[in-house]
Amino acid sequence: MSDSTRMVLHAFAALADLGEEIAETSDFEEMVRSALHVVLGAMGIRRGAVAEFDREHDALHFVAARGYDEELARDFSLTPRQHTSKGNGNGAGSLTHALQDFARVEHEVHDRFAGAGVEVVTPLVVRGELVGVILLGGKASGESFTQEDRELARALGRHVGVGLHNHRLLREVARRAEENQRLYESLKGSYNDTVRAFAAAIDCKDKYTQGHSERVGKYSEIIAREMGWKDEEVEAIAIGGYLHDVGKLVVDREIINAPYRIDAKQSSELNRHPAAGYEILRPINHPFADIPLMARYHHERPDGRGYPEGLTDEQIPAGAKIVSLADSFDAMTTDRPYRRRRTFDEVVADFRRNAGRQFATPVVLALCRALLKEARGETRPRQMMRLLGRDYVEERTLPALEQLIADLESGPHTTVMQA
Amino acid sequence: MTELPETPRPSQGPGEVAVVYAGDYVNKMSGQRIERECLTRMERGCRALVINFRDTELVNSIGVSILLGVIDEAERRGARVAFSNVSLHTLKLFELLGLTRLVVLADREEDALATLEEFSTTPPGH
Ligand SMILES: [Fe+2]
Repeated sequence: MSDSTRMVLHAFAALADLGEEIAETSDFEEMVRSALHVVLGAMGIRRGAVAEFDREHDALHFVAARGYDEELARDFSLTPRQHTSKGNGNGAGSLTHALQDFARVEHEVHDRFAGAGVEVVTPLVVRGELVGVILLGGKASGESFTQEDRELARALGRHVGVGLHNHRLLREVARRAEENQRLYESLKGSYNDTVRAFAAAIDCKDKYTQGHSERVGKYSEIIAREMGWKDEEVEAIAIGGYLHDVGKLVVDREIINAPYRIDAKQSSELNRHPAAGYEILRPINHPFADIPLMARYHHERPDGRGYPEGLTDEQIPAGAKIVSLADSFDAMTTDRPYRRRRTFDEVVADFRRNAGRQFATPVVLALCRALLKEARGETRPRQMMRLLGRDYVEERTLPALEQLIADLESGPHTTVMQA
Repeated sequence: MTELPETPRPSQGPGEVAVVYAGDYVNKMSGQRIERECLTRMERGCRALVINFRDTELVNSIGVSILLGVIDEAERRGARVAFSNVSLHTLKLFELLGLTRLVVLADREEDALATLEEFSTTPPGH
């Protein structure tokens, strides 16, 4: 085998080694160190370094160095660009830009490291952009660099450049993802704040139902969780609960606060609130899809006797069914200007009467189960017991609740309802 | 890759000579092992290293680079390196890449040891 054949084979093997190192090494610095080894080993060079070109800051960051450790320990900023010929931005001149960048970098590296024995500076160019340079010291053989050596360095450099470039892209993607996540969190934070502010505004208008929206949100959340909804869906239903009565903001305050039962005309005015709520919520870009529909349909009934559209069971969105029961449950269990709240016995009786009629049976079942678990202390914290007051659900009423659950479970309308 | 135990050498004070065996394939992993062993020896005061290539069939680019790094480090510490039992194929490669100019070459480990021992017992600066 001739010397040149031997060298060509060694160079080919080096290219293969390089590809393997770049593809298989996940740690960036380790990858660059290995790449530098391949380049040095391919040509028998004792010293070398790989630097990333940071175009934004016009600086070189050294990623790996062998034999130059101290001289190259620090990154260095390049001398500010002399001419300010602006890029034409259409990409056609990009190769020229890479060459201009390279010419400057090469010049400065030579000036700076000539004393340290840097003999060759190879550009790492990817898609017309300078992404870095490889600095090479003298050959171990003492011979000077041949044209073939320079070409081999450039060929290896193309792979190293792609490695650097890909890593840079990955870093950029990771950074953007992180930024988006932060942005999303902060948007979600302000969205939630807005929701709370709305809920407070709604409840403010209705002086007899202080805290109603918040409680409906809470009950809806508990029911959905009991029904096995996913966290994200549970979060959505809580917001739907908070906002279900947002339409009341456009209803006359006198009607909402009437300390007596309202007449037919007032009633039709009040009945506008689900549709009005939908109109208010629809243009908002909610993180969850069904929120406007929860407001619109929270007074619909499975038996078709609800409003505004008189939808029947399967036409009513699952979220609206939950909010509807949570809404009624809170209405039953809080004092109103014209009546005191019902006893828990009465509530259970109401559920029995209205399951499948006013309320969707699976939703009633879920609320009953959740109530029973809390009453027995099987779930902590006991959120509903806290909202209802300590002694509201009495021990003696639990058998009736258990019986209702058993009856609903064996009844016809118990298909599991999903979001 | 066969991992061969290093043969412990009788310590002779600061002038200790160490022998490190390269495996059958000198690549990144085995190269790093050789490098580690050589550095450890030098840190303990060893001033002469023999790298024995008796089992080596192939040295890849990373292996070459690591060996160059070991030679550089030895030079910096005033230590000498000898290569022994290098196959013809590997020897050719080392020649082309200039490694042979930087190390003592010996056919056999004993010859390398003899040459280096001479060196290592010579007080520094003479
Ligand atoms: Fe309502």
